[in-house]
Amino acid sequence: MGINSKDLISLSDLSIQEIHEIFTNAKSMKEIINREIKKVPTLRGKAIINLFYENSTRTRSSFELAGKYMGADVINISASSSSVAKGESLRDTAKTIESMGADVVVMRHPASGAHHILAQAVKARVINAGDGTHEHPTQALLDIFTILEHKGTIRGKKVAIIGDILHSRVARSNIWGLNALGADVWICGPPTLMPSQVDKLGVNVTWDIQKALKDADVVMMLRIQLERQKSGLFPSIREYSKLFGLNKNKLKLAKEDALVMHPGPMNRGVEITADVAESYQSVIEEQVTNGVAIRMALLYAMGGGKINASA
Amino acid sequence: MLLLKSGLLVDPSQNICEQMDILIENGKVVKLDKNISASPEMEIIDAKDKVVAPGFIDMHVHLREPGYEHKETIFTGCQAASRGGFTGIACMPNTQPVADNEGVIELILARAKRYDLVNVYPIACITKGQKGKELTEFAILKECGAVALSDDGFTVTNSGVMRRALDYAKMLDLLIITHCEDVDLGGSGVMHEGLVSTKLGLAGIPKEAEEIIIDRDIRLAELTNSRIHIAHVTTRGGVEIIRAAKKRGVKVTAEVTPHHFTLNHEAVTGYDTATKVNPPLRTKEDVEALIKGLQDGTIDCIATDHAPHAREEKEVEFVYAPFGITGLETAVPLAWQLYLAGYLDLLQLVNTLSTAPARILNIDRGSLQVGKIADITVIDSRLTKKVNPDNFYSLGKNTPYKGWELTGWPVMTIKDGKIIMKKGEVNG
Repeated sequence: MGINSKDLISLSDLSIQEIHEIFTNAKSMKEIINREIKKVPTLRGKAIINLFYENSTRTRSSFELAGKYMGADVINISASSSSVAKGESLRDTAKTIESMGADVVVMRHPASGAHHILAQAVKARVINAGDGTHEHPTQALLDIFTILEHKGTIRGKKVAIIGDILHSRVARSNIWGLNALGADVWICGPPTLMPSQVDKLGVNVTWDIQKALKDADVVMMLRIQLERQKSGLFPSIREYSKLFGLNKNKLKLAKEDALVMHPGPMNRGVEITADVAESYQSVIEEQVTNGVAIRMALLYAMGGGKINASA
Repeated sequence: MLLLKSGLLVDPSQNICEQMDILIENGKVVKLDKNISASPEMEIIDAKDKVVAPGFIDMHVHLREPGYEHKETIFTGCQAASRGGFTGIACMPNTQPVADNEGVIELILARAKRYDLVNVYPIACITKGQKGKELTEFAILKECGAVALSDDGFTVTNSGVMRRALDYAKMLDLLIITHCEDVDLGGSGVMHEGLVSTKLGLAGIPKEAEEIIIDRDIRLAELTNSRIHIAHVTTRGGVEIIRAAKKRGVKVTAEVTPHHFTLNHEAVTGYDTATKVNPPLRTKEDVEALIKGLQDGTIDCIATDHAPHAREEKEVEFVYAPFGITGLETAVPLAWQLYLAGYLDLLQLVNTLSTAPARILNIDRGSLQVGKIADITVIDSRLTKKVNPDNFYSLGKNTPYKGWELTGWPVMTIKDGKIIMKKGEVNG
């Protein structure tokens, strides 16, 4: 029971066995979410701090609800309305939190690797809710959980991740997790949005969306930040959408029962058309529900379950 | 009179590498011999089992004063240099205000003289305000004591301006030192672009950003028939470009830092901001090429790019931290690893730390011939110690070598025949 690593910063901090355990527990958590009274006392008396240096709707509220459903006390600190706005360093904010005695700190931060500073400064367990362009491990967990619910297994499934791979923390976590569970991972996007030597991560790399979609079991679309066009990474939104946007026609290349996923928030009409986002193949809303369940399971393991003796 | 007894004299200027006594009087070397007999008026220093070398010169140091005294001061920088075995340091002009005028150059020289530790050789800006547009007054700056010119940290991006700088400097035989970085190509990069940057989700700086400007500046030196010195070379491609240029007779010299020949980009894993440096730590293959470059003389010298920063500046998110590694107090034992590993012999090693930088900067040092000024570094080749930044004289504790156990430490620094550092303790 529990998770060996003190912190969850990269998905690779978890063992395969721990990932499976989280999935097993997430199933029970889903059942709780569907109850009339969605509250269990498992984490009563535990304090969870949501520390958000970037705006977020779903991840922040997902962690908040997950904590509350589990009976923990949850507070939210956002950078714009805190001493961070007065110029406090992350290290000092971390020390302040440490002095208040939180059990788990969930942080989102625009700088890759910021969680290492937090994790070193606090005894509380740290969960990464997205750091810069590095990782977003809970998103990958909920994505993989969603695939598993539909497909039964990850092994051998062709998963196409399409869009801005370079800046995507969702992609980095998913690549690791899907590879570890034996998927056939394809990544697709314009070369200007591909990280250096990404092929060495054990994925198939293509900028031809047709190749990526061909017989895919899962199509994972990534959000394209519209500002990227301004910095010269591609010529226009129109052309991006033409080459890398998912529409009904292109989706036909994938298997008939292929899942369409998106971590949100979506740019409808850019990386995904509205009809695809709302089609029977789309599991985008399910991803949100599963997000709460996965975070409940994770908080259970990290907030209630003890760190293994070996840690 | 000072008599250094029984040390292993390593002096590339005379091609000597053997046990030899050195007699010093009035700040100068007066006698070198197998066995100089002691007399009562001599202070005797037993240098048995120690390497005795012409004083080391670090031609790339940031002293931060005036302007950034919270990072380093001329005094603490000179103390750090003395501890590190250096008798001379050349300091970069990116102070506040920048050293593009007589005032700053004279301030640096006056204060360094007041502290009376190591020789400080100021480097002046190539362009006013380091803005890359108008040339500074090269002749006047030289007259004040500037030994070279550099817009360190900034490449002179306008090739026309760089060409004129090289052309004009030639008239004064003044060295131009170039920091090679195509800033548009480097973009928002914070580390070497490669598999590690991809895994860490950090923006990368491709090696080509450096190589393109090395190539450009070498071509401009060729065009103008001027001297050029390439600061902190880090890539295999850069070494190859310099090697080829030297073959065809271009007056190019180059330096490498200890961190670039001891660490690679894997060190950034863990986001330790002490590993954030520009140019960035490259790959294993690049490290091998840099060492080869030192072996065959393509790279002339070792320089630290000593870049101290305050704790609070480095104890932030990797992306927000300033670039730079503090280097004066670890350079010699790091360089010594090249000797211990058999890459360089003692003559080569001392050449890269003393004789070569003196020659490049055109200063009368780097030699212990009779009659020369007695600037001397004594190294204990067997002394093994752990790096402890808390004890640095430098205000900059930003070192990636904390806790490293290194062998081959300077145990005495002598400047103008006067002991300024003994067993790690600096005078005053």
